[in-house]
Amino acid sequence: MSEAMLKVSGLTMRFGGIRALNDISFEVQRGSISALIGPNGAGKTTVFNCVTGFYKATEGALTLHPQAGQSYNIPKLLGEPFQAADFINPVAFGRRLYYKMFGGSHRVANAGVSRTFQNIRLFREMTAVENLLVAQHIHMVRNPLAGVFKTKRFREAEERAVERAYFWLDALNLRDDANRLAGGLPYGRQRRLEIARAMCTGPKMICLDEPAAGLNPSETAELAEMIRMLRDKHGVTVLLIEHDMSLVMKISEHIVVLDHGEVICAGGPDKIANDPQVIAAYLGVADEDEVNL
Amino acid sequence: MDWHIFAQQLVNGLVLGSIYGLIAIGYTMVYGIIGMINFAHGDIYMVSAYLTAIFLAILTMLGVTAVSVPLALVVVMLLTIMFTALYGWTVERVAYRPLRGSTRLAPLISAIGMSLVLQNYVQISQGARNQGIPSLIEGTLRVGGESAYVQITTVQLLIVVVSFVAMGILTYIIHKTSLGRQCRATQQDRKMANILGINTDRVISMVFLIGAAMAAIAGALVSFNYGSFDFYIGFVTGIKAFTAAVLGGIGSLPGAMLGGLILGLSESLFSGLINTDYKDVFAFALLVLVLIFRPSGLLGKPEVEKV
Repeated sequence: MSEAMLKVSGLTMRFGGIRALNDISFEVQRGSISALIGPNGAGKTTVFNCVTGFYKATEGALTLHPQAGQSYNIPKLLGEPFQAADFINPVAFGRRLYYKMFGGSHRVANAGVSRTFQNIRLFREMTAVENLLVAQHIHMVRNPLAGVFKTKRFREAEERAVERAYFWLDALNLRDDANRLAGGLPYGRQRRLEIARAMCTGPKMICLDEPAAGLNPSETAELAEMIRMLRDKHGVTVLLIEHDMSLVMKISEHIVVLDHGEVICAGGPDKIANDPQVIAAYLGVADEDEVNL
Repeated sequence: MDWHIFAQQLVNGLVLGSIYGLIAIGYTMVYGIIGMINFAHGDIYMVSAYLTAIFLAILTMLGVTAVSVPLALVVVMLLTIMFTALYGWTVERVAYRPLRGSTRLAPLISAIGMSLVLQNYVQISQGARNQGIPSLIEGTLRVGGESAYVQITTVQLLIVVVSFVAMGILTYIIHKTSLGRQCRATQQDRKMANILGINTDRVISMVFLIGAAMAAIAGALVSFNYGSFDFYIGFVTGIKAFTAAVLGGIGSLPGAMLGGLILGLSESLFSGLINTDYKDVFAFALLVLVLIFRPSGLLGKPEVEKV
């Protein structure tokens, strides 16, 4: 069996004295659609933020295996503080110094993770196409003078990027909006554009934070199709946070349930739907004693 | 009033305005991308004037100036741009980047400190006296008759042409190239740009490089024109260019260019037609007026509170 795409073990996140996440461990299988659910404030988005390099985890390991034989330690990519042992080991010291100086969230994206946000964060004053081009800058010619003189390499890279941008606009049914300002698009399309932008970075795993929030039922059904399409046609592993349980149960193969910063249950949709602890977390209980574990 | 005095002041104003515009670009781009006012930017401009003199002296010693003056000037200009850009990059790396993520005021104070450091560094290393370079570009273009004419020297013409070309190239870079898109993305949402794989620290460094390069163009051109400078020129010119950036709408690139031109033209027209002593008063009164009616500047967008 191949290694899991993402392995989270012992993840703890503290904000001052508040423990938002407490010793979380779970795995996301390669090529799966997995969901992270839980009541409000359970810490779902915090997990996302740690996985995508938005926050630096306080403790724990997040290991990413975008391809067989490739592995990244996400906190390390962000730059960790020096450890005592580094001062007698110049190689470890050098490596840590390198990531301290040149590390950052962009390294996580380049390793193959991309994400969308619960509150849409498009570049509102850029057109839809430009939003998608920005996401592809890794594949672009970076020298600004090459752009001024329009070198062959620059033009080819630019053409490829535009092609890819239109490919994703088509895939998410946004072609007509290509040259509109992202901030002016209707809400549902902004959500789709954000997914398209995340896909343009060429991820191996995409993290969708409440992709169905604010969508009407037909848009939600369309979204479910699109998420399946991402996995089936493009081989991307999907990890999503969602409150729409019918959507979660319909598309995901593996579900992790969080409550108060801890994993309370993990498994297939059937197992989750019938788990007493999950039901208790969602519906609440009249008295502690009623839950018999 | 004679038409030729008016026209002459227009020409002078255009020259002055292009210089203000070039320097204002540095203020506006840095403000746009990290929301701080780089008070050391005027001094970067001052450093570039000294660098121009140094490189010109070196080339003269090597005999390049004797062979071909235009070649020498181009080489001096390119070297000045490169080295000044390096100064801009270093200032950001040393004085601003370590403070990123702290309070908004911290880099501002650091910038004032950096401005003093640069002034004193130049004063100690180059002396407090006025420095000068020989004027190498000669020739004057004259339009009109014997008594009523408008004249523009070749250097002035060079200033206007080079400034507009530089602004054109910069506008092109910002709107059409990958680096420009990264700059705009970083400006709109830095953390998001980072999540998409853009090394935002590198983009910010590039902005400082570009800003300093623009100031270097201004510094070299001004030295060619006036031929004399001291370690303190960065202050007044810097304040004026900053005013230009605010006038045009800080954060907006075309705003900086427009603001520079308006400031240069109004200053020059006022001093030529009304009173020289009060030209600064007029320039700042203009700023006050614009800000009363358009608080975000001529081309600036009104600030929207982020939720």
